[in-house]
Amino acid sequence: MPSKKFARVDRQRCVACGACMKVCPKGAVAVYRGCYAKVDEGVCVGCGKCAKTCPADCIQVLEREAVK
Amino acid sequence: MKKHWYDYLWMWSILYFALGFFNILFAWLGMIDFLVPLGFAIFGGNKHFCNRYCGRGQLFAQLGGAWKLSRNRPAPWWLASRWFRYGFLAFFLTMFGSILFQTYLVGSGAESLTEAIKLLWLFKVPFGWAYTAGTVADWVAKFSFGFYSLMLTSTLIGLAVMALYRPRTWCSFCPMGTMTQGICQLKNREKVS
Repeated sequence: MPSKKFARVDRQRCVACGACMKVCPKGAVAVYRGCYAKVDEGVCVGCGKCAKTCPADCIQVLEREAVK
Repeated sequence: MKKHWYDYLWMWSILYFALGFFNILFAWLGMIDFLVPLGFAIFGGNKHFCNRYCGRGQLFAQLGGAWKLSRNRPAPWWLASRWFRYGFLAFFLTMFGSILFQTYLVGSGAESLTEAIKLLWLFKVPFGWAYTAGTVADWVAKFSFGFYSLMLTSTLIGLAVMALYRPRTWCSFCPMGTMTQGICQLKNREKVS
């Protein structure tokens, strides 16, 4: 069963530093071609570690239900 | 999470300043941190340097994260805004250009070598113990003092924002990060079109 929450990156604001990727316990985040971080929403469990680490504060943890 | 050899590169940041403190000529090694990220971005179209190998980012993560020397508060939004990032990049490149120009002046004999570093572009700190006059050509030493100043100044700014906001706040406006992301975005645009 998928988690209730997941993380989403604001690509316009992301600086592609990779701080989120380093703290993700599931390995769900990758930096796409040096442009922005991308979360694999199927793997993400919505723990929010990335959101708390992001120096640009551009990651939001969202409710899956609310987004669907 | 599995630790890799490159997860210990934060030690390189400390070693760099330690080496330069005793012999300023080691400042030249900082060119690695300048050229390698550009190499990754230009030839690889990626930010593997920021993402994996940057010792400075790791140092801030270590000090601010593991050692809790950070308030862990979100930084003001404008620090990671496009205009501030590119403005800061322009400022930094201008300062780097000024170091190159001063190196040229010393090399051409128009100015003499001063054995000092400048912190935060304002405060001159005598640094004579780190250099014995005549060891190398004056311009080589001049560049060392200038580049060490730039590296130390940016680390001090990084430490300040690390303590005030989140550990890697520096990364959100790091000039190298802005430059390499800009290159990657340009390269990516090429691929798409």
